[in-house]
Amino acid sequence: MEFINDLQTYAFLQKAFVTSIMVGIICGVIGSFIILRGMALMGDAISHAVLPGVAISYMLGINYFYGAVFTGILTAFGIGAITQNSRIKSDSSIGLVFSAFFALGVILISKAKSATDLTQILFGNVLAVRTSDMWLTLAIGSIVILAVVLFYKELLVSSFDETMAAAYGLNVRFIHYAIMFLLTLVTVASLQTVGVILVVSMLITPASTAYLLTNRLSVMVVLASFFGALSAVIGLYFSFEYNMPSGPVIALATTALFLLAFLFSPKQGIIVRKIQAFNRRKLA
Amino acid sequence: MSDTISVKNISVSYYGKQVLENVSFTFTSGKLIGILGPNGAGKSTLMKAMLGLIPKDKGTIEINSKPIKNFRKNIAYVPQRSNIDWNFPIKVHDAVIIGTYPKLGLLRRPKKEDKEWALKCLEKVGMEDFANSQIGELSGGQQQRVFLARALAQNADYFFLDEPFVGIDVSSEEVIIGILKQLQAEGKIVFVVHHDLTKVKNYFDELILINKQLIEAGPVQQVFQPENMTRAYERPVAMLDDLEVRM
Ligand SMILES: Nc1ncnc2c1ncn2[C@@H]1O[C@H](COP(=O)(O)OP(=O)(O)OP(=O)(O)O)[C@@H](O)[C@H]1O
Ligand SMILES: [Mg+2]
Repeated sequence: MEFINDLQTYAFLQKAFVTSIMVGIICGVIGSFIILRGMALMGDAISHAVLPGVAISYMLGINYFYGAVFTGILTAFGIGAITQNSRIKSDSSIGLVFSAFFALGVILISKAKSATDLTQILFGNVLAVRTSDMWLTLAIGSIVILAVVLFYKELLVSSFDETMAAAYGLNVRFIHYAIMFLLTLVTVASLQTVGVILVVSMLITPASTAYLLTNRLSVMVVLASFFGALSAVIGLYFSFEYNMPSGPVIALATTALFLLAFLFSPKQGIIVRKIQAFNRRKLA
Repeated sequence: MSDTISVKNISVSYYGKQVLENVSFTFTSGKLIGILGPNGAGKSTLMKAMLGLIPKDKGTIEINSKPIKNFRKNIAYVPQRSNIDWNFPIKVHDAVIIGTYPKLGLLRRPKKEDKEWALKCLEKVGMEDFANSQIGELSGGQQQRVFLARALAQNADYFFLDEPFVGIDVSSEEVIIGILKQLQAEGKIVFVVHHDLTKVKNYFDELILINKQLIEAGPVQQVFQPENMTRAYERPVAMLDDLEVRM
């Protein structure tokens, strides 16, 4: 395998490799909770909404991280405020808020830098990962993983039965915003690798694949991380060997894994269910 | 020790529309209390307001003259079945283990004893054979029994069940009412939102009859009277007469 040789040779490739694996893992972890809580759209919203933050950071000459986290959180609160204080349903308020932020972001980016930068932010360029980006991703990854390990119990009960969680005194609203915060961190960490537009595929697809394969949340989280990391490495490979944009390749890789599970998963796979139904009919 | 739960003058509204108005009542330990009223009367709302799950316009809820929120870890709540995502990736045993979370507090994980205790609670509701099933694979009655097992695992003193008997089979209903009566005998206070008027006298010894306002609260014989029922349901309630005949 030439790729493995290259991996040993080139420092930039090693950085990209480490970063994409970490991104895959944390997207799988947070993605699992996002889909179980019915917040898949929220993941999409936050990822789009970080764009103006990135632009403002460029203008101010600071790390894009700060601006992105700021607008990401602003979006989460904005959506929450509209949903709780009006009769607008949550999917509408999500669409409403994030399209505004995204539009603002595109305008600001085009003012701030050249169009190539916009493409990179939108679709990712894993090969351009700098050392500082790698460390940032590793730091964010550690925070996310630590938070989920420490508060796994609370995340489980509040995702499964929020009313019971609130009845015994958990602050479920705090948990909601804490997850939004982690989601924002994960999105920011994924910007370089998958880009704004396709972060949602990393959040939702590996977790959905895992969801088809298990009846245990802990197993689902681990499987989702594995699928996420695998897809990210596949994306890196194609990006490096065939000069493709990493984000779309990663998105397609996650989808390929999902389709395999969708068709062949022992419990939920449609092919397996068809075969079982056929055998049953033959017996009858 | 005998506990007292007292609700004083609570009012609740959603977006400015009042759904509970000045409701007050008091109950003590060892009571199995039915909450009765027509659709949309505010039964679920009353339960949620008592548990502090939704804001009230006014009023207080106290246990032994202290705010109910001091007792949260001693309260077990079984939500209406329709509020649960039955496809959630969780097995029956793990769902019951959740009942041990309140007393574990933050950061501590369920230990072996907790898991064994959860299994015992599953045995009490006759569901131990399903410990490894995904919760969605169960029938409605079995699901309700699992949630009761979770409430038992909480080792609580106060129980709140919202419509536990809706859409379940007869044998599950018998298991559940048997356990509720046992909790009552152990001196717990059990509130049950209930729909089916035919079983009221067999199941409960106390009733809360509401329709936005409190119609009456107290012993079944006193509350479950044609005049009260007509006021609550805003029409003559036919089943009452049948019941009188059968008794
Ligand atoms: N979240 C909500 N937002 C707005 N109105 C609500 C909400 N929940 C309940 N209501 C309204 O409050 C009133 C009381 O509702 P509640 O669910 O407490 O009644 P209930 O007695 O439990 O009815 P049911 O027998 O149908 O379960 C109803 O008119 C209902 O439409
Ligand atoms: Mg109700």
